[in-house]
Amino acid sequence: MTRHSISPRKLLPLISFSVLLIATFALQERAMSYLGLNLLFNLTIPIALATIGQLLIIMVNDIDLSVGAFVSLVACVVSTLLVQHPWLGWLALAGLVLAYAALGALIHRFELPAIVVTLGMSFIWGGLALVIMPAPGGTSPEWLRALMTVKPPLAPMAVVAALLIAAAAHLLIMRSGIGTVLRGLGGNSRSVARAGWRLSGLYALTYGLAGVFGVLAGLTLVGLYTSSGASVASSYTLLSIAGVILGGGEFIGGRVSPIGAVLGALTLSLAGSLLAFMHISPDWQIGAQGAVLILVLAARLLFTRREALL
Amino acid sequence: MQSLISRPWLWAWLAAIAVFALSIALSGASQAGGLLYAALSFGAFAAIVGIGQMLVITLGPGNIDLSIPAVMTLAGTLALKAMDGAPGTALLGLGVALLVGLGCGAANFALIRLLRLPPIIATLAASLLYQSLAIWSNRGLRIKPPAALADFATGRTLGVPNVALIGVLLALVVWWLLERGLWGRWLLATGQNPRAARLAGVPVERVRASAYLSVALLAGLTGFLLASFSGGAALNMGQQYLLLSIAVVVIGGTSIAGGFSNVPGVWGAALFMFLVVSMLNAYGFDAGARMMLTGMIIIGIVIAANARRRRA
Repeated sequence: MTRHSISPRKLLPLISFSVLLIATFALQERAMSYLGLNLLFNLTIPIALATIGQLLIIMVNDIDLSVGAFVSLVACVVSTLLVQHPWLGWLALAGLVLAYAALGALIHRFELPAIVVTLGMSFIWGGLALVIMPAPGGTSPEWLRALMTVKPPLAPMAVVAALLIAAAAHLLIMRSGIGTVLRGLGGNSRSVARAGWRLSGLYALTYGLAGVFGVLAGLTLVGLYTSSGASVASSYTLLSIAGVILGGGEFIGGRVSPIGAVLGALTLSLAGSLLAFMHISPDWQIGAQGAVLILVLAARLLFTRREALL
Repeated sequence: MQSLISRPWLWAWLAAIAVFALSIALSGASQAGGLLYAALSFGAFAAIVGIGQMLVITLGPGNIDLSIPAVMTLAGTLALKAMDGAPGTALLGLGVALLVGLGCGAANFALIRLLRLPPIIATLAASLLYQSLAIWSNRGLRIKPPAALADFATGRTLGVPNVALIGVLLALVVWWLLERGLWGRWLLATGQNPRAARLAGVPVERVRASAYLSVALLAGLTGFLLASFSGGAALNMGQQYLLLSIAVVVIGGTSIAGGFSNVPGVWGAALFMFLVVSMLNAYGFDAGARMMLTGMIIIGIVIAANARRRRA
């Protein structure tokens, strides 16, 4: 079988995103502009990065309940330490990535349940963030603010960034050699071990990469908000899990889609702004994200059923 | 003696007693009664939702309820709205809270069963809807519970907080059901090996449904009690119970892989979690350090429990 047909199931993230985007444009045509698109998707950039971090963890059959606390901590480090003592700040961020890698090795060395360990880590990250920043505040490094407010030609920063994140994650996870090995960890870790790979090293690499994406999420967040606080990104944990699943990922077996996950993050944020354009009370903003999640997964079930019948 | 040491619930209780002793050593014996009273009151809320979470986790890997905070908030909000502070409406409020719990549990399980969603995603998506419903119906107004109900929730009987009595009673019922009842045996069998359980004639789907209904029912009850206890339903009242409900289950010695429940451990862990925070508070640690130490304790206990299991 060398036929490369794309199943409707794989297209579902793109379809659901397009439906919501067209609905948004229909309700508010001013959104269909350089400025409008930027406003619509600006705040999604850090969420998309955090979603890729979560995707890496889900890819190896674990789940990360500490993403929100980790991104908040990174944001606190960036808006204080990185502004005052750049070298120390970068060192701290590198240390955080290493801590994530060590966590991955630890979880698999002792066969610990990732859900509980990352739950405990969320307390540790959150506590550290409170120590660094007892009250919200801080500023953004100048270069970071400049980077996030850059106005590229043709398409706004938010769209360019989303494309860049999707492309980079796709190349890293789906196309590169090491990405294939890491996906194999989720599929069948024993056969990866038989092929001569050291498993704890691979898990450390996966978690370390997730840490890198978490750091990037925190950096872009501060660049956009220009300030931070100890719980600035606490909603990211649930949003990132929802984004991965919305994008076609599965909890078991290393079946993930980076492009789908970025689309999933964009879809979730569209669901919120669509309500505003429909003049529905913002009370329902969170609920709309839940409803979109349920609807898309119901649609996926229909597609999977049809595929099974064919 | 050997059988006593091998009881997984023992460790949570020993840890709770040790922390209690350390706190008393600092604050003096005169504070012992007050500390114990506070631990029993606040521990009760964590214990009740923890027991619910334990039932679901017992079903096996992947089973977890992330909608507990949202169900608590929704039940507390709607119950207070129904009572509207009028005297003699406590039972009406309780009924509303339990109905909200049942409805949420049924919705959760419908998503899991009909849409074949992983429970994490189903309860997560549903909790977003419950949360919106609570925000919409709360609208920032703060209704006080009826005075008699508030007195009951903050009151005591024979020196024991009423909420703790309710928590202990529920723990005893669930413990009896698990250890002696047919339903408990079915639940444990399902968690150990759903395929074998099905072949042995256990109605696996009905058992799963009952577990998801129970956790939501207990979350609804806790929301009602907590709202009455704290003088009103706040939108963030359930927030800390997501992590706490999972933490007390794991610290209490219930296997995260499912198939083994541990009711006494949940109560021990709930007391332990409250006592640790209050001890760190007494020793002058600030909020950040308290959180970090709590996290280290959770991870330390998971590693220790795992090492014991691997040796065994």
